[in-house]
Parts: sequence; structure tokens; C-alpha cells
Amino acid sequence: MSVKIIRPTAAFADLLPAEYLELAANGPYASPKTINDLGNFKEIIEEHPHCAGCGVALGVRLTAASLPAPADTLIVGTAGCSFFGLAQAALNYSCSAFGNQNAVASGLKRMLKIRYPDTHKDVVVLVGDGGIADIGLDLTLHSWFRREKIATIMVDNEVYGNTGGQESGMTQEGQVLNMAPKGKNFAKIPVFELAQVSGCVYCARVTVASPKKIGQVVRKAILLAREVGPTYVQIYTPCPTNFKFPPQQTINIAKKAEEGHYSFREFISDEAQAYWEKNFSSSA
Amino acid sequence: MIEQKVVAPEYLFNEAEREEQFITGSEAVREAIRRANVDMAISYPITPQSESMHLVGDIYAEGYIKEYFRGENEFAVMSSVAGAAMGGVRVFTATGGPGTLRAFEAFPTWAGARLPVVCAFMTRGINSPLSIQPDTLEMAYMLDTGIIMLHAENSQDLYDMILQAFMIAEKPEVHIPVGVFVDGFFVTHTRDRVKIAPPDIKLPPYNPYSAPVPVMDMENPPIRQMRDPFVMKSNFISYAAHASWQQEILAAAERSRRHIAHYLGSLLEAENENAQVMIVASGTAVSQSREAIESARQEGLDVGLVKLKSLRPFPTEELKAVTANAKAVIVPEFNRVGWLAREVRAALEAKVKVVGGPRVFGGMTMPPDLILDEIRRCANE
Repeated sequence: MSVKIIRPTAAFADLLPAEYLELAANGPYASPKTINDLGNFKEIIEEHPHCAGCGVALGVRLTAASLPAPADTLIVGTAGCSFFGLAQAALNYSCSAFGNQNAVASGLKRMLKIRYPDTHKDVVVLVGDGGIADIGLDLTLHSWFRREKIATIMVDNEVYGNTGGQESGMTQEGQVLNMAPKGKNFAKIPVFELAQVSGCVYCARVTVASPKKIGQVVRKAILLAREVGPTYVQIYTPCPTNFKFPPQQTINIAKKAEEGHYSFREFISDEAQAYWEKNFSSSA
Repeated sequence: MIEQKVVAPEYLFNEAEREEQFITGSEAVREAIRRANVDMAISYPITPQSESMHLVGDIYAEGYIKEYFRGENEFAVMSSVAGAAMGGVRVFTATGGPGTLRAFEAFPTWAGARLPVVCAFMTRGINSPLSIQPDTLEMAYMLDTGIIMLHAENSQDLYDMILQAFMIAEKPEVHIPVGVFVDGFFVTHTRDRVKIAPPDIKLPPYNPYSAPVPVMDMENPPIRQMRDPFVMKSNFISYAAHASWQQEILAAAERSRRHIAHYLGSLLEAENENAQVMIVASGTAVSQSREAIESARQEGLDVGLVKLKSLRPFPTEELKAVTANAKAVIVPEFNRVGWLAREVRAALEAKVKVVGGPRVFGGMTMPPDLILDEIRRCANE
């Protein structure tokens, strides 16, 4: 997108909402911003109706602030908590049916590649654990098998939050939740490992307690998806509402998880590593 | 690949000199898509649709289509064509029977997102017990998904309607999906004489900015926006937004009437419309009815025929007009539930006797004698 498109005509500027003017003047479109710039620019997502202390809201905000090219980024979502903030994003966002995000993104990415052969249009899937690991697992895996050039990002709160706290495939074993009244009786679905063997050229696992790491891995995942192949990022986004901890504890819980089941993990294929070193190593 | 030049749709449909070919319904699909300037087609196998999408794949390989692949199931395929359509291109796919039901959730989202997808439905029985045989039952489920529904009687209709469907779907005031339905096997797997336009002409390309919603390409001002109605909040504005959006989809289908009439000539065709007994049908039930009417006329019975081409929007006023003199209307169908008879009864408001039947299903052909029996009964009452 040319920045010219968003620059208001002077004669009409006073008719536009102040928020739009601020986005045009100080948004992330003209020059890319990073996590380090938060607080000093107009973000593409700033308001949301999530619960206090929501890890998903933070994960979505940090991801949005890490996009290497927001002016040419399209986000495909699905139903669930992740939808709430994204629906108000100042970029093209779509959500159609539950779990079909990677199929929608496949069609979208292929056609944008044909319509704009000389511009990188980054198609990013940003959805929750239920959307990827349960209802959309087959469509997610098939998009990876087909080597669709999409970055898939899971905000993993280990629960169906929006529908009222039900067990998901990403819930930890033993956890008692709605629809798991005796505790979940199988382990978290190994989506990270599935991504590795299904064609993803880059995978990373992080938590919202490490914003700078989110900034790095999201950027890397999107840049590698442009040229090399599908990529996957899994972000732990704890849910105070359904796990019943005080909202100010979200970061602490994520930090603690980094020492346990959510330690930092990264995988990169040889091809992706070579591409990264050749093109981006100085900025990595 | 033959070099093609873009021509006006009216020229391609009405003026270009046509060549008659003896081809199957599946081949008629290929010939329509060859001239349709389609950007992307996505396939998934199901009998009796598969052959048509093989043939579409063949013309992709020849260079007539920019992108084509086999998806992993019908829900995924319908989602991928949605993503492509959101990205501002012309897309085509096809399915049928259980595939239609597997994909079902996608169809209202197409309409809701104002996507001008064209999909062919090669109808067949819905499973349990497993069946691959002809049946139009799936159309009953599709009636209220918000998509425009055209029903082809034969391969000629199928060829014409697919091409015309793109033009209807892409009008800015319409801009909702069009399903072209055809009875599987009876049309897809039989040969018929089809008159087709020369291969060196094609429809004008899709204009992405004909969409009444922002194209998903980040080439429009980044207002805080979403493509889909804002439904996830429990307040009056959200309810009102969703209610008015649904009405707008219905209104878009209403506005398609004049475009359907322009390209197809009419929403229905009537023969001998002053008759006391009228047969109202769609799809291959029309062909079987023609046979029955021929026999009835030899017996001196006065019977007319209405062929419904558009089922959504439904030609209520036209149907009332052409059945104004009828004392009985017979609705033969290739399904067990009689969804068309329900539609016809609702349209005619109990002012005329509507005979729901004969109905055949499970894969049988409809003997014209069954229709003739109903004609005799109605004529002699």
C-alpha cells in the first residue's frame, strides 16, 4: 500500500476522525516499527474488549507491533478470543468460519502473489489454540504440507476462552476445565513438532513475558514465509478469567511457564537458515 | 492455448457465431470455464463432479487459468476460494451431494462476505446409506444460504449459465455468490449437442473494485475495519448491524433479478401458458416433463410447461402470471422431500391445486408415464 492512499486531502482533513489522522501521521505504515517503539507510535490495534489481564490481548498487540510491513499485511483470523482485538485492527482482517483460517489464507496468499508480483503481501494467520490445534488442525497441516507461504501464529491460552472455559487440545494434561470435569486425560497436542515435520521452515515457541523475543520471532517468521515456506509461532497467552488467577499475575504466570512447559524453542530448516543469513543476518 | 481476446459478455453470449459440439456436461463446464477468464479454480474429487474439475485442471495446465490446486476437503476448498475471492479475483469450483453438505458452513459466509464466487453443484444423493446416484435433495438445504441458485436442464444450460453466473455475481449491486446446479449423471455424464462460442474469445476480467466491501489487498485506506458483520457483542447496535446486513444480502439477491433476466432472458420459461394443467419443474425433470406433455397432447389433453431457471431469487410473480388460468399445477421432482413443490405452493398461495409429485429418488430416472398419469388425473377432475 502506498502511503499516499492514506494521506488525507488537506481540505477534508478536519472532517476525518482524529484517530484516523493520527494513524496517517504517526502509524506504522510509512516506516516499520518494532516492539521497542511501543508507546511512541499509533498502533494498529489499541482498543479491545478483552477481559482485564488478558494474555491473548497482549499477544495480539505484541504481534501487531512486530509486523515487518503493516502497510502490506493481511491478517486471517477465526472465531474466538483472538478475534476481539483483531476485528478492530487498522489493516485488512478477515474471519469467516471457525477453523478455516489456513485454507482462507492459502487462497488469499496465492492470489495476492499473482495480483502483486512485485510486492510482498504478508498473509498472517493469527488465531487461538482451539482454531489451530482442534477444529482447524487438518486445514492447518494441509496448508503446511502444500508449503503455502503463510506465517501461522497461535495465541495459546490453553483453553476455549470465548465460549466459557472449555478444555482444548492445547490444555495441559490433568487440568480441570469445563468439558473436562475429571481433568484432561491426554497431553498438549504437539503442534510445534507437527509443524516441523509438516513443512514449516521455521518454528518458535515464546510467551508474552518476553516481548522482545516475540518481536524477533514474529518478524523472522513473516520474512521467511515470504520466500522460503510456511512458518509457525506459538505464543503462551495465559487466561486469568478461566484459570481464575488475578489479572495482574498474567506476566508472572507466563514467566514461570518459561522455566517449565513453555521454555523458549526455535527450529529453523537449513534452507531457511541459509536464506536468513544471506538476507537478514545483520538485523537478526 | 489459443490466444484469446476479451469481448463484451453480450457478444460472447448472444452474437458470436457458435459451433455445435457433441459433448458431455463435464466437457460443457470445461468449455465455459475456458471462456470465463477465471483467475483461480480449486478442486476436490466427488462423484459425479470430479470429471468436470479434472477438465478444468487440464485447461489450467494449458494456461487458461492462473492458479489451480486440489484442496484437502470441500470445507477447505470452499474456504480457499473465499480467501482468493477476498483477494479480488474471479474463482470457480464445483462439488455435489455429500461434498455440498461437508462444505455447507462456507456458503452463508460467502454470501455474508459479499463474495462473487461461482460454484457448480453436480447434485447427487446424500449419504446414509451411501449413494452416488442422481438426486436433487441437497438443493433443499441450499435454498436459504443467501446464494443465487440457477438450475440447468441440460448441458447447453450448464455451459451458458456458468458463464452468465460470473456476470450476474460480479455486478456491484449484487456481488453475492451464484450456484449453478445441474443433475449429476443425467447431464454431467451424458453427451448432448451444445452450441459454444469460439475458443478465441473470453469474458472481461473481474474488476476487484466492483466489490461493495473493501478488497482484502491492503490497497485501501486502513480504517479500523472488518470484512464481516460485527456480531460478537451483545448490544443493540450489534444486533441492528447484523439484522440490516442480512437484509442487505437478501436485497442483493432481489437486485439480481434484472441481471438474470438480462443474461438468461428470463427467470422462467413457459410453454402453452393458458393451459388448465401446468407442469412446473426445474433441471432434468423439465426434460422428462416435455416427453410426458408430448404424449398428453396426442391424447388431446391441454397441458403447459413452466421451466424454472432461477430458484433464488424465486420468480414468484412470473409464476403467478403464467399459471393464472391453471386449475392444477404438477411439480415432478428428483428428490424425496419435494422442496420445489413447497416453493411453488408458497408462491401460488393456495389459489391453485399444487400436486407435489411424481417424485423419484435413489438414482432412478423419472418415467414420463408417471407424469402423464398425473396429467390425466388433473385433466379429468
